[in-house]
Order: sequence, then structure tokens, then C-alpha cells
Amino acid sequence: MTCEEIRGLLSPYADGELDLVRDLEIEQHLRECPGCAAAVARTRSMSTLLHDPALYHKPPADLHRRVRVSLRQAGGARQRGRRVSLPWSWLGVVGAAAVLIALALWGALQGRSVLARDELLAREVVAAHVRSLMLSSHTLDVESSDQHTVKPWFIGKVDFVPEVKNLEPQGFPLTGGRLEYIDDRPAAALVYARAKHIINVFIWRSADKDCPPEFLERQGYHLIRWTDSERMFWVISDLNVKELREFAELLRR
Amino acid sequence: MRDQRLERFDQTILPHLSAAFNLARWLTRNDHDAEDVVQEAYLRAYQFFDGFHGGDGRAWLLRIVRNTCYSWLEKNRPREPAVVFDETKHSAEQKESGPEVPLIAREDREMLRRALEELPPEFRETIVLREMEGLSYKEIAAVSGVPMGTVMSRLARARERLYECLAALKREET
Repeated sequence: MTCEEIRGLLSPYADGELDLVRDLEIEQHLRECPGCAAAVARTRSMSTLLHDPALYHKPPADLHRRVRVSLRQAGGARQRGRRVSLPWSWLGVVGAAAVLIALALWGALQGRSVLARDELLAREVVAAHVRSLMLSSHTLDVESSDQHTVKPWFIGKVDFVPEVKNLEPQGFPLTGGRLEYIDDRPAAALVYARAKHIINVFIWRSADKDCPPEFLERQGYHLIRWTDSERMFWVISDLNVKELREFAELLRR
Repeated sequence: MRDQRLERFDQTILPHLSAAFNLARWLTRNDHDAEDVVQEAYLRAYQFFDGFHGGDGRAWLLRIVRNTCYSWLEKNRPREPAVVFDETKHSAEQKESGPEVPLIAREDREMLRRALEELPPEFRETIVLREMEGLSYKEIAAVSGVPMGTVMSRLARARERLYECLAALKREET
């Protein structure tokens, strides 16, 4: 091989990207040609310099978290099949199908615009629900199946008067209430039961405009949320979708 | 369903955030822009995640980061003059340089940084992928969407060019 040909292979040679035969050919040539040997040495010294960790740009500390959050928001948007200006939301036949099923279940209820806040609230609600189940002493602050006991208990504790319904005839007995803190304000948690399933209803005051029920699933829990006359409602349980929906409709009546 | 997909994504793709940021930062040459590009690239990656069939998540992600960078640059810095690589000048200088290998000190890191930033982006990209990420030629070819031969020549030219730049900067200094 000529020097010209060899020069073309020096980079892959230095990078160990050549096959053995070529490798040996070049080694042979380098012993005889100081020009090419110098070129290889240059390549290697350049590599050494470029391996300097100070040249490697490290991401800012919170980028990992920000990426995670935006992925989760996008994931939520995808699942709810929002197809607006977000460049990533067009994909996802699967997501769209999931939405169609959810919509069919919900009698073609209108999906509300997706806000990052919704996703954060969903997490808060799931966390509060799970926490309430961890210890039986966490589940209730006021234990009563009588709505006339539970309702006044909240007065002075939350900044509104929650409506507490007796749904025992429909098979959803009230077991009590609890105070929560969600969305940066005090919230009322009403606890209902269905067989062995516990249903938490979180209610807090919200300036959001009214919005019809929306179904979500997080970590295996079913969630239904809506807004009605300045109250935000979130219903969460491990109960099946059909019965939970029935429950939500009873609450809304 | 979504949670499983996200979890798998968290395990296979998210760990390569440093590589993604490093490439984006070198290509955009700006911290803030690199962060934006990385965020956007991750969203795209998640969108195309069903097309990822295992293997090296890093190379797969870097291809998306790279493409996101170029569309971003095209959109946000369309006026940036494309640096044309002057091969004749470069080749002539290469022949002139003798067998001695001047030792380049660590203190010249800043110069090297400047020299690398001044390389045309496709050369810069190849250098970052090879020297900083240690990708094989085959992986680089896949990330950059070019044949192996192109990777080989880009790398050789980029290294020579860096070397010349550094030598020139050193001469300026003395």
C-alpha cells in the first residue's frame, strides 16, 4: 500500500476498527514510514486530550427530573389522546384506542384540555388514597355512617361545606371522613365502602370551571374527576370501573 | 399499560441523559438550548419507543438527539454560516507537518474546546460520538445516518483539523 492509501486508514487503525490483516499491514508500514507513524501518534494524542472529562458537558442537576416530569405529562396527554399543537401527541394509535374505550365507557364524555396540573393532582390523589389505606388508623378522622355527623365535622376544617350523601341504599355505605391537604389547600375526604373496597372522595375548593367527569387510571387505581360549582371532586378506588362510575353518578345527582 | 411502557423507558433510555446532553451541548454550543433539545428529544424518543427493540439504548437515543439538534438548529439559527471545510489547505498543512509530535498540554484544554466548537457540526458530532462516547464506527454510522466510509473520513479529517486548529491557536498565543 502507498502512503496515500495508508493515511486513509490511520484513523480506523488507531481506533482498532480494522481487521487483523489490515492491522498487520499498517504496523509493518509504520515501522518504515516516520511520516505515517507521526500521523498515528497525533491521532492518539488528540484522542487522549479529547478523553479529558472536563470536556464532557454534564447535564444540570435537575434536568433528569424535568425530563421525567415532561415525559409523564406527555404520557398522560398521549393516553387521553389530545391532538393539538403538541408535536409528540400525534402518535399513539394505542393511546388513542385507550381513549376511545374510556370515552365509550363514559358515554362519549368530552375530554377536558390536558393540563400538567391534572397529572400532578392525580399523583397527589393516588398518594393520599394509598396513604389512607396503609394503616387503618389513617383511614378515618371521623368514623360514622351518618351523613349528619360527618358533614358538620368538616365545618371550620375546610373552607366550604361538603355535601355528604347517604348512599347506603345503593350499596355504598358511608364509613366516615378525613382531612387531607391537596392542591395546596385543605380538602375533605369522604370515605365510602363497596363490599371490601374503599372509595375515597376528595373534595376541595377550586376556581376551575365546571367540567364533566373524566376517567383516569393510575397505578392500578381507577380515578374519576370532575369540577362542579367551584368544587373539585376526585373519586378513587380499586373498585371496578363500572361500579365506580355508578358511584360517581350517584354523587353527582 | 402506560406505566409499564414508561417504566421500561425509564430503565433503558433515561439513564443516557448525560450522553444526550453532552451531544446536544456540543452541537448547539449553548447550555440552555441543549436543555431544550434534550427535553424535546426525550419526548420524541418516547413517542418512537415502540420502534426500539432492545439493544443499545444509548445509540438509539443519540440518533434522535442528533436529529432533533439539526432540526432545532435549522429552525432557530438558520443564518448561521455553514463552515466549509477547506480540504486543500488542510491537506497541504498535513504534508508539511513533520514527524515530531508536539506535546499538547492539559492547559490547552480551553483551546481544544474552542477548536472543537469551531469544527463543522457533522465533524464535531463524529468526534463527540467517537472520543467522548466511545461508539464504534458502525454505531456512529447508525446514529449519523451515513455510511461507514463517511464516518471514517469524517473522523480522520476532524482529527487532523483539530490538530491544525490547535497548532494555529498555539502559534497565535506565542
